[in-house]
Amino acid sequence: MQASAVRKMTPEGWLEPPPLPHHYDTVENHQNALRFGMWLFLGTEVLLFAGIFVGYFVFRTYFPEAFEQAGRHLSLFWGTTNTLLLLTSSLTVAMAHYNAEHGKNRNAFWLLTVSILMGAGFLCVKGIEYHDKFVEAALPGKFFHFTEITAPGGPVFYVVYFFSTGLHALHVIVGMSLLTWVAVRCWRKEFSPTYYSPVENAGLYWHLVDLVWIFLYPLLYLV
Amino acid sequence: MTAPITTAAVPPAGAVFPKKHYLNDGTTIRSWLLTHDHKRIAILYLVAVIIALFLGGVFAMVIRLELLTPGPTIIEALTYNRMFTLHGLVMIFMFMIPVIPAVFGNFFLPIMLGAKDVAFPKWNLTSWYVYIFGSALMLWGLITGGADTGWTFYTPYSTTTTTNIAPVMLGVFIIGFSSILTGLNFIVTIHTLRAPGVTWFKMPLFIWAVYATSIIQVLATPVLGLTTLLVAAEHTFGFGFFDPARGGDPILFQHLFWFYSHPAVYIMVLPSMGVISEVICAVARKNIFGYKMIAMSSLGIAFVGFFAWGHHLFTSGQSAFDAGAFAAISMLVGVFTAIKVFNWVGTLYKGAIAFTAPFAYVCGFLFFLVFGGMTGVALATVSLDVHWQDTYFVVAHFHFIMVGAVIMGFLAALHYWFPKMFGRKYPENWALLAAGLIVLGFNATFIPQFLLGNAGMPRRYYEYPERFTALNVASTAGASLLAFGFVIIAIYLAIALRYGEVAGRNPWGSRGYEWDVPSPPPTENFDKVPVFTRGPHEYHDIPEDLAKVGHAS
Repeated sequence: MQASAVRKMTPEGWLEPPPLPHHYDTVENHQNALRFGMWLFLGTEVLLFAGIFVGYFVFRTYFPEAFEQAGRHLSLFWGTTNTLLLLTSSLTVAMAHYNAEHGKNRNAFWLLTVSILMGAGFLCVKGIEYHDKFVEAALPGKFFHFTEITAPGGPVFYVVYFFSTGLHALHVIVGMSLLTWVAVRCWRKEFSPTYYSPVENAGLYWHLVDLVWIFLYPLLYLV
Repeated sequence: MTAPITTAAVPPAGAVFPKKHYLNDGTTIRSWLLTHDHKRIAILYLVAVIIALFLGGVFAMVIRLELLTPGPTIIEALTYNRMFTLHGLVMIFMFMIPVIPAVFGNFFLPIMLGAKDVAFPKWNLTSWYVYIFGSALMLWGLITGGADTGWTFYTPYSTTTTTNIAPVMLGVFIIGFSSILTGLNFIVTIHTLRAPGVTWFKMPLFIWAVYATSIIQVLATPVLGLTTLLVAAEHTFGFGFFDPARGGDPILFQHLFWFYSHPAVYIMVLPSMGVISEVICAVARKNIFGYKMIAMSSLGIAFVGFFAWGHHLFTSGQSAFDAGAFAAISMLVGVFTAIKVFNWVGTLYKGAIAFTAPFAYVCGFLFFLVFGGMTGVALATVSLDVHWQDTYFVVAHFHFIMVGAVIMGFLAALHYWFPKMFGRKYPENWALLAAGLIVLGFNATFIPQFLLGNAGMPRRYYEYPERFTALNVASTAGASLLAFGFVIIAIYLAIALRYGEVAGRNPWGSRGYEWDVPSPPPTENFDKVPVFTRGPHEYHDIPEDLAKVGHAS
């Protein structure tokens, strides 16, 4: 990498924004492009999860009883805890975005740290749940040896369960990495009213992770 | 205004090769592999897709040679299955999906919009590396694991085959990411980086086609990604998502797979249609007929294409109502395509046509599109499809409509834009000869296959009854002609790269925006943000010396 010019600290207490890429004429246009690109990317994520949701509805139609029984064997307590964790973390991310936009980088840093910790908490809870399922042998496909589900279709429920929550957990990990990256940049006081799109975009990604869970939680645990 | 223009293109006398341009701005390997310049990335893609075309072509020739005689000819049955899997996967994911968007889209989209680069140049380069990595993984998996499922990976065979398909599935998944990145980049570029004067309805039609393609790439590819992951997981761990013995459903695979793979056909063919819209004005020296109709029908095809996937499942136990609905929607694609064809032919009507190699490919394209399209409408008719399902009729149909159209679009684009990309002209006579060979060879390869399919020869079979020998020999002979045509093109283009006549800014006298910059264009495309005062396909007020018109010099 060519040594990028050292960015100076402005009197307001944040670093001046990085230079505008040569092919954009205005800062607004660049920010719009970044934001629009992120929204499109989130669109692809929605379609990615759409496939597994289709699978859920198809198999729920085939095996309504097994899905009901298996749903009742999921821990409502842990599921609800995780929902609360993720919803709250989305709030703190939104607050971090607000603070970064107003140049309050330190506040944003702490809010992001809290969000990342809640993400980690979510993964721990998920780990506990997975562990319980492994102990019960309530597992997908040929690994399924769970006797309490009497109706046919139990193995398929656990394919849907593990695949959807596993894919979601992967997104939680990616989201936490993104949040860590912007948190470090907050610590360096990089964001200001004219430059905050990384926080915004990482935040958008985190909200999507949250949103997917908002659909997974009722479908798997409640219905 | 559609008044015909009869002034022929005036070749610029004594054109000089620009001293500084994107090709000599850094000559080290590093300057190529780490470039953010959309034009250089286009060249990187061009090299990669040509290699893919070569590989896919070799596999095709092996298949055709094997089918020369009714019994075993040169390879074993399992090798044969691996060959058609290799051929399909390499041609579709490594050649036809990226070929026009990633090569010509990358090169010309920013220039046509008056932008200096695409919206996210780093992601653009990333997409190339992702493509290379995914392709390498897929090929490695195919060669060492020996997948024999065909490119469609139909379950339950793909989840129970003893060959190792997981790396192949992951490779396809990764290539999908590159396709998404390219599409996303283009959509954002079109929305945010249009120069003053380039309003939506003053965008070149190639851009409209690429825009429609990008929407499909962004929305459909993730579903394929999920499907490949599910198949890989099922094959590796025995999940049973698609296995009826464990409560799964193999037909669900077909739905998920074709939700991507049917629109993917339009990822391949729409950019070709865009190329044809550009070339046809330049060769006919006339305004495009029905600009808005062509632009909107691209979006129409993209939209309708998402709801047509069920026509691949006519014989998979679909309800009669579903089959009828999918048949009707599939036929709508034909309506939008016909709109384009009428407008193209309307553009040619009373034009001052220059019979050059790009025009030869336009003719080939129209023939393959109409013939392939009509057989497509026939195949969308449920009662007929039941007879033709899984026969060579289907093989011939999709080779006409997507391969024929894509190859014609690719070669038209390569010849039409070669002077712009490399600053030199190709030899026109050789090019016409090769074009003739390729159009003839393509017909000779696939028209016998229509007949074979109609007579009942199933696809993907290693052997066939004696009575099909003559047509199979004809098909193999046609494939050889086709290969010969490609060899000629490779030779004269390689020579022209170095020794071709200097082209100058606008050798075709085209009105497309991209011809206003020097050939080859400078790294920055434009010295200052250009202002376009004319439309991209306007031939009614041609300046006297078109070759000298330009922005940056």
